Amino acid sequence: MSSQTGGYYLPAPSYWPIVGSIGLWFMALGAVLMMNDGGKAAIATLSVGSIIIVYMMFGWFGTVIGESESGKYNSQVDISYRWAMSWFIFSEVMFFACFFGALFYMRVLSVPWLAEGDTQALLWPGFENTWPVAGPYFSEKFTPMGAWGIPALNTFLLLSSGVTVTWAHWALKKEKRAQLVWGLFATVVLGITFLGFQVYEYIHAYGDLNLTLKQGAYGATFYMLTGFHGFHVTIGTIMLIVILIRSMRGHFTAKNHFAFEGVSWYWHFVDVVWLGLFVVVYWM
Amino acid sequence: MKVPYISKILATCLLLAVPCLSMAAWNINFQPGNTLLADDIQQLHLIVMIVCVVIFVGVFGFMFYAIFKHRKSVGHKASNFHENTTVEIIWTVIPFFILAGLAWPATETLLAMRDTSSPDMTIKATGYQWMWGYEYLDEGIQFYSALSTPQGQIDGTEPKTENYLLEVDNPVVVPVGKRIRVLTTASDVLHAWYVPALAVKQDAVPGFIRDTWFKAEETGVFRGQCAELCGKQHGFMPIVVHVVSQEDYDAWVAEQKQKISGKELGAPIKLVADSQ
Amino acid sequence: MEAAHAHDDGHDHVPSGLMRYVTTTNHKDIGSMYLWFSFAMFLVGGVMALTIRAELFQPGLQLVRPEFFNTMTTLHGLIMVFGAIMPAFVGFANWQIPMMIGAPDMAFPRMNNWSFWLLPPAASLLVLSLFVPGGGPGAGWTLYAPLTVQQGMGMDLTIFAIHILGMSSIMGSINIVTTILNMRAPGMTLMKMPLFVWTWLITAYLLIAVMPVLAGAVTMTLTDRHFGTNFFNAAGGGDPVMFQHIFWFFGHPEVYIIAIPAFGVVSQILPAFSRKPLFGYASMVYATASIAILSFLVWAHHMYTVGMPVEAQLYYMFATMLIAVPTGVKVFNWVATMWKGSMTFETPMLFAIGFLFLFTLGGFTGLVLAVVPVDVQLHDTYYVVAHFHYVMVAGALYAAFGGVYFWLPKWIGKMYDERLGKIHFWLSIIFFNIAFFPQHFLGLAGMPRRIPDYSLQFADFNMVSTIGAFGFGMAQIFFLYILLKAIRSGEPAPAKPWDGADTLEWTHLPSPAPYHSFEDPPQIR
Ligand code: HEA
Ligand code: HEA
Ligand code: CUA
Ligand SMILES: [Cu+2]
Repeated sequence: MSSQTGGYYLPAPSYWPIVGSIGLWFMALGAVLMMNDGGKAAIATLSVGSIIIVYMMFGWFGTVIGESESGKYNSQVDISYRWAMSWFIFSEVMFFACFFGALFYMRVLSVPWLAEGDTQALLWPGFENTWPVAGPYFSEKFTPMGAWGIPALNTFLLLSSGVTVTWAHWALKKEKRAQLVWGLFATVVLGITFLGFQVYEYIHAYGDLNLTLKQGAYGATFYMLTGFHGFHVTIGTIMLIVILIRSMRGHFTAKNHFAFEGVSWYWHFVDVVWLGLFVVVYWM
Repeated sequence: MKVPYISKILATCLLLAVPCLSMAAWNINFQPGNTLLADDIQQLHLIVMIVCVVIFVGVFGFMFYAIFKHRKSVGHKASNFHENTTVEIIWTVIPFFILAGLAWPATETLLAMRDTSSPDMTIKATGYQWMWGYEYLDEGIQFYSALSTPQGQIDGTEPKTENYLLEVDNPVVVPVGKRIRVLTTASDVLHAWYVPALAVKQDAVPGFIRDTWFKAEETGVFRGQCAELCGKQHGFMPIVVHVVSQEDYDAWVAEQKQKISGKELGAPIKLVADSQ
Repeated sequence: MEAAHAHDDGHDHVPSGLMRYVTTTNHKDIGSMYLWFSFAMFLVGGVMALTIRAELFQPGLQLVRPEFFNTMTTLHGLIMVFGAIMPAFVGFANWQIPMMIGAPDMAFPRMNNWSFWLLPPAASLLVLSLFVPGGGPGAGWTLYAPLTVQQGMGMDLTIFAIHILGMSSIMGSINIVTTILNMRAPGMTLMKMPLFVWTWLITAYLLIAVMPVLAGAVTMTLTDRHFGTNFFNAAGGGDPVMFQHIFWFFGHPEVYIIAIPAFGVVSQILPAFSRKPLFGYASMVYATASIAILSFLVWAHHMYTVGMPVEAQLYYMFATMLIAVPTGVKVFNWVATMWKGSMTFETPMLFAIGFLFLFTLGGFTGLVLAVVPVDVQLHDTYYVVAHFHYVMVAGALYAAFGGVYFWLPKWIGKMYDERLGKIHFWLSIIFFNIAFFPQHFLGLAGMPRRIPDYSLQFADFNMVSTIGAFGFGMAQIFFLYILLKAIRSGEPAPAKPWDGADTLEWTHLPSPAPYHSFEDPPQIR
């Protein structure tokens, strides 16, 4: 069996996938129970599942990092990772596209339809085509989220974080460790600040603006889009933290740092999604 | 070689099956239409079918010819050609034009079908789980229309009668030869208002009004069914339309007005997700 | 293109027994698991189909309650599509792609394992849904809102099962795309790849594009059910029809996800038994790509009766009809491949011809449905059921049968019994047509789909159809017997049992193929 450095790395049999599958099974079941008043059993099942998943992530990623650091990956493996990450991000784009599509559909099609012709006359008399709107049935008042407060600030934060991560990347390419670590650190701080603001914004929306998930078309799309985005920022931040720790431990070289790049692509992707959100959810 | 034998037997079976299939009990085509549009649609279907059958016979004529002549067991040697730009272009372009030829009549029929303007009267049909509610918007008549087949027939404890599952307590009554516009909506989930002989099928979407129309050519009773899965009794919410002469219709209207005027139908939309 | 020498850690400590399969990172083990899983799911889905057919044997309610009937229809559709057909072709991809492009294994062997091992948990959630309060999902495999919102806990299980299936498909597809783009042997340019590999490249792209959209759709269903959102509720400004748009944006490409790998398999089999190269290789590639691209643009042909604006109906009608052009190119190329060949008719060839004949028939009924005024009569009737069983059973499933017979010698190193294989083919094709051909007539006469009971005018053809379905089911049990017989006592297979086969797995590898296909990549021409 050739083990020369030119070889494509084929991993040994591994337990991590089956651990992950079992974890997901418990998580799914737990979530279903939660939503159907499963009480303590639901919480227990969900927790077991989550713990297994976290354990699996540590184990699996740990293994991969170990393999990478011990030099088992050649440049062809590196290319594989690049393809895979690109296609993964493409799948994420499609996921968000689905929710953006829902927003457009409601704004451009279904809300106007409800406010015109026979539909309006016979079913929803008096309903008018406006946006933001909770729909023809809900009369509770809510205040939509303005664009130029926290959202604008958050746009600025995320855009800056895109800059800092690129700054860190330049540093890595020139093997400037300190700048790399500082750049990543700044990115993480910006990410966490963003999330903090987002949490604050949600509390404000629920408490003061009466803007909830149940507020029809606007509420649903607002929370689904910003919520999934926030979730992705969280994941991105965790990944950045991992990269930061690895950088501090001296991982990565100027030539060999796919993990770093993968995370930064992901971060830029999250950034771009936010710009879309800022324009169509908050601003327009 | 066994294969050709088997295919000969098969072919014989198929040939024998044809007269069998054309017997009346084995209806293999649309229900006879009772509107001009239904006739148009059947005509259109026929055209598409003819085109398909011709191409099908052509393509598989070639294939079966090859299967019988270009087989190893009759000593045919394989040629080695594997492309021919001219043929490839031809068989890309010709289907394109055939399709364009089909799209033309289809477009005409579609435009006629979707033109719901200037109706003589308008009926609103609301799908409920599991029956239909009708409102004659001009006359102010409202009533529910539910399956009237006895449960015993369904469970098999009584013999099934002729209109098993296609009979209702209160049929829709319309005059012959008039343009009837049907508005559909639903109060809970999707349903669809489908009467084959009148060539209408329109989904009923809760919270929205959709419309369709028909103009019956002859009097008679026409039966259809809900055509969108709507839960456990989806198979049990038929539609029955009585097409009658104008006089009979007027008499019916008069009768209805004193019988069930003032009765209201249920809520136009029941909010499924409202309970949480 | 860099050479893919294999460096393998897995040599010293391979777990044995069941654990070998649980932990395996080998594409062949994983491919076999996919194939067996898919066959098991086919039987489960098949038993559900037989429950449907048995209930429909006669008018009246005999065997099951209507709500259970709906659950059977729903789970039959979901299990056949996501559990039987898709995994079957992923199984083929796993076995064949590395061998056909001269790679040591898939690009990400560990993730490959996970893609497979996500399927059993997902399937178990689906089956579990039958036993929870409120019963299994009964809204059809299309999961139309707002009926889904009304359903019990079984619907939540279904939704999460779909999420997990989606993860599996996306990871599997990323793996396949990466393998094809990055692991080809030197000299194997894209336009030299066997067509099967091409079809999978395109399919994987489709999967990565649309599975997330399905995930989004069912997620919205979930929040509408439990968190008070109003995506599919007019009262809140949403629209039940929006669900259909999102679902079919996934759903139409999905039907090509099912069909395109089948095209690939047939494109390997026909040249091999015609002893003649595939006609029009390049146009095959372009046609497949065009089908994939067009498939994103035609989704609303499933929604002609929802009341779209007439302009939209016209557009979708034209776009849908257009798909007949590239599909026609493929059909013509296949016939031209057979033309002036030197054909023999072993079982794989028979199934490929069966595919060609009946898939095209199903394609033509698709064309009939594409014509809006006609579809308005036929939508949601058994005509549609007949259409899609022709393209999915006689199409995709037959191609899969053909592929199994074709590659079995390479996989297990033994031959199946040719005589029994032919009997399987003839039983399948005869009973298939008895089961599904009459459904066209039922649909034309106006029998709605998804009903447990029907009026008397439909009785005769339903009875015929049920008899055919049971016969077809029997034939598949016979298939299982043929497989087991081949595995236990088949004749040893030569490295290249088929004269005309010319791809790498036949020309460069013994039968059975070694555990690691190409540790050192072959040089291509
Ligand atoms: C493998 C899966 C598969 C494939 C390949 C297809 C292929 C096609 N399908 Fe089908 N379809 C389904 C699976 C598939 N379908 C399923 C599962 C459903 C129902 C879902 C549900 O509601 O549950 C469905 C439903 C469905 C509908 C909706 C029906 C309804 O609910 O009202 C329509 C309507 O347009 C349609 C059209 C087509 C067309 C035009 C093609 C074309 O791609 C066919 C093209 C092929 C040919 C035309 C034959 C070969 C061509 C030639 C020989 C060239 C010359 C021909 C001419 C010039 C005409 N399909
Ligand atoms: C590729 C996918 C696929 C496959 C392979 C099949 C295979 C079959 N399907 Fe179908 N089917 C769908 C996909 C598929 N189906 C979809 C998507 C729907 C729509 C669902 C919906 O409306 O939501 C549907 C719906 C559907 C209906 C309409 C239901 C309704 O509207 O209520 C029917 C009815 O006849 C049917 C029948 C069959 C039959 C008889 C087979 C046969 O080919 C099955 C043969 C296999 C076996 C029978 C198993 C093997 C045998 C045994 C395990 C032993 C037991 C055998 C005996 C005792 C004889 N299917
Ligand atoms: Cu109402 Cu189906
Ligand atoms: Cu489609």
